[in-house]
Amino acid sequence: MHETDMTKALITTVRDWWTEQPRPPHITHIHLAVGEFAGVEPQSLEFAFASQKQNTFLAAAELVIEEIPLVAYCRPCNQEYRPRVGLEYSCPSCRGPMAEIRSGRELKIQHIQYQEAYAPNL
Amino acid sequence: MHQTFDHALEVNLLHANQAGADHNRAHLDAWGVTCLNFMSGPGAGKTSLLERTLHSLTPALKVAVIEGDMTTDLDAQRLRQCRVPVIAINTGRCCHLDAKMVAGGLRQWAREHNPAEFDLLFVENVGNLVCPAEFAVGEHAKVALLSITEGEDKPLKYPLMFQQADCLVVTKLDLAPYLQVDLDRIIAHVRQINPQVPIFPLSAQTGVGFSPWLAWLHAQLSPQIHEKALFA
Repeated sequence: MHETDMTKALITTVRDWWTEQPRPPHITHIHLAVGEFAGVEPQSLEFAFASQKQNTFLAAAELVIEEIPLVAYCRPCNQEYRPRVGLEYSCPSCRGPMAEIRSGRELKIQHIQYQEAYAPNL
Repeated sequence: MHQTFDHALEVNLLHANQAGADHNRAHLDAWGVTCLNFMSGPGAGKTSLLERTLHSLTPALKVAVIEGDMTTDLDAQRLRQCRVPVIAINTGRCCHLDAKMVAGGLRQWAREHNPAEFDLLFVENVGNLVCPAEFAVGEHAKVALLSITEGEDKPLKYPLMFQQADCLVVTKLDLAPYLQVDLDRIIAHVRQINPQVPIFPLSAQTGVGFSPWLAWLHAQLSPQIHEKALFA
């Protein structure tokens, strides 16, 4: 269950950003990109986040996970392809190995949505 | 009244761990120590591989071990029999070593010994085919182990570990006559994901296949180590 640690890392990173703001904002959504070829299960991440955010500055925040499929690139065939994770990673055309990964390794906080009380400078 | 904002962060979740790993590696480089991170599922034979490897390498090379274990120090006790310093890290409920834990191990090592006198540091990770692959600890190379008893499909099912590996040791080769296992199939599965990785099938029981593995280890030594040997 290292999603627990991943969630800790996530909260630490967001907290660093949050405390740097002149007025700590009210965070509503955290957008994550999780690759199919990263060692993380999105559902476990959501579960861990729901329990760890309680009684913190992220209590009202929601996790929005975008799952990024594994896309490999075969140089000899000059084409991208989608390996069948768990079954087959070779290029479907030439049977060459998966030597280059184009996407699917992501484990990234993409952006944060937040609200601030509107206080016009009069 | 509230206004909604959006801030692009574009930060890797493992950013802090990677920074810690880079910091660890800087210390190891300054000491002239090559660090290898040994990873596998539980029971693949990491400790047995290290035992026989330590017997072969010492005392010509000076080696230390950082031993990650969830609750016990049984593996650390076994490796201390090899007369090398063993720093045991209990990871508790954590299923892998991370850079911070290994930094603690390095500090302890530096308190009790002079790391600059050493050539190699072996980090034995927690037995787990998934999580350790994502957490760098400052190693110069990742060594993955797969025992032939685990089944030919494991590289396909746990691809990240085998894709990240700089070297694969296939263990328990002495059991091959008793199993219906196709070594070529295991290797072909690994090659699908990591076409260039050096693969060493061997047995820590009999020593079969050890020579190429030890030759690979020697090739990993930092240039400073060759200097150390020269001036020794």
